Amino acid sequence: MRLPPATRPEGSCPALHARTRLVCRFQDPEPADLSMEEESDTRKINNSFLRDHNYATEADIISTVEFNSSGELLATGDKGGRVVVFQREQESKSQPQRRGEYNVYSTFQSHEPEFDYLKSLEIEEKINKIKWLPQQNAAYFLLSTNDKTVKLWKISERDKRPEGYNLKDEDGRIRDPSTITSLRVPVLQPMDLMVEATARRIFSNAHTYHINSISVNSDLQTFISTDDLRVNLWNLEITDRSFNIVDIKPANMEELTEVITSAEFHPQQCHTFAYSSSKGSIRLCDMRQAALCDKHCKYFEEPEDPSTRSFFSEIISSISDVKFSHNGRYLMTRDYLTVKVWDLQMENKPLETYQVHDYLRGKLCSLYENDCIFDKFECVWNGSDSVIMTGSYNNFFRMFDRNTKRDVTLEASRENSKPRAILKPRKVCVGGKRRKDEISVDSLDFSKKILHTTWHPHENIIAVAATNNLYIFQDKVN
Amino acid sequence: MSAAIMEVNAEARRILAVSISKLYASRTQRGGLRLHRSLLLSLVMKSARDIYHSSRESEGPPVGGEQPSTEEAMDACSGCPGEANPGHREPQPEPESVEPAPEDPEGCDGEITEDKENRSPARQSRKRRGKASAAPDFLPSKRARLEPGEERYAAAPLGSCCRAGAVDSLSALSLNRVIPAF
Repeated sequence: MRLPPATRPEGSCPALHARTRLVCRFQDPEPADLSMEEESDTRKINNSFLRDHNYATEADIISTVEFNSSGELLATGDKGGRVVVFQREQESKSQPQRRGEYNVYSTFQSHEPEFDYLKSLEIEEKINKIKWLPQQNAAYFLLSTNDKTVKLWKISERDKRPEGYNLKDEDGRIRDPSTITSLRVPVLQPMDLMVEATARRIFSNAHTYHINSISVNSDLQTFISTDDLRVNLWNLEITDRSFNIVDIKPANMEELTEVITSAEFHPQQCHTFAYSSSKGSIRLCDMRQAALCDKHCKYFEEPEDPSTRSFFSEIISSISDVKFSHNGRYLMTRDYLTVKVWDLQMENKPLETYQVHDYLRGKLCSLYENDCIFDKFECVWNGSDSVIMTGSYNNFFRMFDRNTKRDVTLEASRENSKPRAILKPRKVCVGGKRRKDEISVDSLDFSKKILHTTWHPHENIIAVAATNNLYIFQDKVN
Repeated sequence: MSAAIMEVNAEARRILAVSISKLYASRTQRGGLRLHRSLLLSLVMKSARDIYHSSRESEGPPVGGEQPSTEEAMDACSGCPGEANPGHREPQPEPESVEPAPEDPEGCDGEITEDKENRSPARQSRKRRGKASAAPDFLPSKRARLEPGEERYAAAPLGSCCRAGAVDSLSALSLNRVIPAF
């Protein structure tokens, strides 16, 4: 892969000129449930393109993707509670074209299914969110969460091991002291690189409802975990205590009208965070004002357009994701049909609104019946906050350039993606005559949805999760 | 009554039926009741009920022959909170009060030939039926019923909720009695 030239102006997005190329695609080849296997695959994750399985077991469905703050690592979580971390290959002079490929670095089981005996409920092991901590030493740290428990994982490399102990031999067996005739000093010998993941902290028992998001504070000491009704503040070192900073639970649950759908810390201000609601509003809170941040200091909401009112207006206005821009000046929200960019200084309406798939507006009833209307799409900024990206159905994902106001629809699919192939822009035909390359709304595959995407913090590399497949695209500049 | 109102009326009924079946199915979902989803379902049901109710008012009083099923459906609903997971009261939102009891699984409209929600493999592959995590629907409710002599349906197997004609009794309901919390 060639590096983009240094003279490229800040803020442009070459990917929008349809030069996005597939770097690599990962598919977990073997099913989690071995009884479904027809041939004997060994249990390993490999990044082969050649495996072709027609079924996707539910455990392999990717439920979150996240680049770390340098972009060197990419973590994915799946419904089976596993985390797979990919690492970017180092640039090498002998093989310059291989730079930019991500290979599996570490795989571990983060969460297991649990059973809450008091409520007779199963707790799913699905990883809802992964957030990386910025790297402070040789090890990598990430937070992963399921519905109830957040865990801090340390991922570290081991490439040396001590050899030459006196009291035990190389296999670990204790030596008979009478056979020891001389003393030696153990030395560190190189060994094959081993990457190990250990759970360093487990933050549990703080959420009655299902955790939907976590966010690390810019102070790197605290983080928040958010469920439907509460936001809890934790110190990364302390697992037996958390502070509840937002609680919207009504005294009488029958009066419940709104739940929290996502929360995030401001990227620079360690006292500011925002949370979105199922009613389509966002509240910005300042932790310095009070211990319990029930009073917001800013409230962002756009009045509903009465002409578009339908049975499903409340569902489609529910915000599924909220993200601060990297510069901290804007907020982006995703609801079912649109992405909106808000200026933190303007509360009464969004700065920009982008239609993701407005052709679905007339199909809300069927989407309600097949449950697709409840899908929670995420949205993501590029490193310079000039382009935003979000997913759609039929394995489509959309990018919007905020400066040029251009947008593009791309598809993440096996058929269209040979390695290094350039992605072709796709188009959905909304009515009337369908052109040759267009897809009609009725032939969209609603089981193929892209809910989770992430963008490299500095470069134009994106990772897109399509059910159980992970696609990594990079834009190439000639 | 104009054709447009009838159409809206039918649509509202259908949406209500679908919503109830979703609420019912979500009780057996792995991971427990999702508060957000239940809330959204209840909001849709409220919209459908309001529209249905306002169009019913313009239509006139309900036909007398449909009264008995009204009461049966109503006390099925009143009995339902007792059926719900006893240890799981807290996270239940207000729509629990409208959820039909398993004895009377009013599910899909006859027009809907397949319940995609329950057929989805993603939902069924992890269901653990008959184990502790499933609600003990076959146990009699301890809650007092309005009509103790009313005959009840046998407990239906979890996951199936399509009964043809069930929605007819639903359509005869005065919805104010079904959904008191609204």
